[in-house]
Amino acid sequence: MDISNKDYGDVLVLMPAGRIDHANSENFRNGLAPFVEKCNSGGKKLVLDLTSVDYISSAGLRCFMLAEKQAKSQGGTIVVAAMQPVVKEIFEISRFTLVFATFGTVREAVAKLSPAALKALDAGA
Amino acid sequence: MRVRFWGTRGSIPVALTSADIRRKIERALVLALDKGVNTPEKLQSFIDNDLDFSILQTYGGHSPCVEIETGTGEFLACDMGSGARALGAHIMGHTWPGTAPVVNIVMSHVHWDHIMGFPFFAPAYVPGARLRIHGCHEVIEQAFRLQQSAPCFPVDFARLGANIEFVRLEPGKATEIAGYRVTPKLQRHTGDSYGYRFERDGKSLVYSTDSEHKLEDPAETAEFVEFFRDADLVIFDAMYSLLDAVSVKEDWGHSSNIVGVELAQMAGVRHLCMFHHEPAFNDERIQSVLNETIRFEELTRGERALRITAAYDGMELDV
Repeated sequence: MDISNKDYGDVLVLMPAGRIDHANSENFRNGLAPFVEKCNSGGKKLVLDLTSVDYISSAGLRCFMLAEKQAKSQGGTIVVAAMQPVVKEIFEISRFTLVFATFGTVREAVAKLSPAALKALDAGA
Repeated sequence: MRVRFWGTRGSIPVALTSADIRRKIERALVLALDKGVNTPEKLQSFIDNDLDFSILQTYGGHSPCVEIETGTGEFLACDMGSGARALGAHIMGHTWPGTAPVVNIVMSHVHWDHIMGFPFFAPAYVPGARLRIHGCHEVIEQAFRLQQSAPCFPVDFARLGANIEFVRLEPGKATEIAGYRVTPKLQRHTGDSYGYRFERDGKSLVYSTDSEHKLEDPAETAEFVEFFRDADLVIFDAMYSLLDAVSVKEDWGHSSNIVGVELAQMAGVRHLCMFHHEPAFNDERIQSVLNETIRFEELTRGERALRITAAYDGMELDV
């Protein structure tokens, strides 16, 4: 799965789209892998912008968990932003909000992670 | 087909504490004050209509034992957890004196929470009673004998009065037990466990506890979807949250409410009954997980609604 992204300096916003379910979760995981690999203490912090994701199954959520585990072990940070209402409820019922910091908007997430990245985002970089 | 739950808790039996009961009373009284309950009539209506299950009742704390009525005079049960003591008393009450009971037991596996009720299972002590203990593990007889060996228990297995027979089943091969067609399926659990599909008169029930589902394996998922296919009832190990199941409790051999709903939806199941409740959860927490699971089903519903319940000790379901 190709995941489009926007670079704001030390923060990278990733924008998966569609459903992340049993049928394509491995593709999603593979698409995420190169970004997670570089998500370490000196690398870019990741914001998963879920604006265009309308469903996540358990298999999809497992990919989120694997990414978070890897990033954490490397000293990196992944946060989640802009979930649609259904996805937000699934996240809560699955208890994933206990592991991921979640934000209502991408801007809020970026603001929390890096003032410099926020400047870049506001400047339309 | 009637199913009766004698034990629904996972891993180890638990009991309500005095603090738990005080908490229930406090919650009930606060609600009663709020509702202006000040007459005996209002009180009765309040109890009947305004208190949720976690206040008015309890999910119970016995480890797994589920009875499936046979209508044949024989008894049939899955697992011999601590709930088996009460099942034994029930069987004796319906047979003794006069008839020595015939009991068929189907074992998911022999971890302690699934066998610990057997030394207190009254029919095992009745001369002339017949017990057939079915399962796919080679070690079932060894496990039953071992837990009653000195110094762990005062009555050795060899002194039991009933005629006890161990019957080995084969995964994937249907066998006739007490009028049901019973098909075992290998499940992922330390030391293996087996789920069982019971079919009779066009109805089907799946007992699938102590089973971890690896989400990264589509072939395994497809196998379970077939095993659950169009079942009227699936009794499912929903011990953990999805988060726990894929993180700190991965490879602990249990599953989540979320995966239960997904598999049931894929298989066209009619009723999913959450089972093997986490012993650390109180009644409020189990009720909350049930409410969330019902909501998850609503969010993800396809063409047909899936009924969802949480098993409790003493619950009866008609299939």
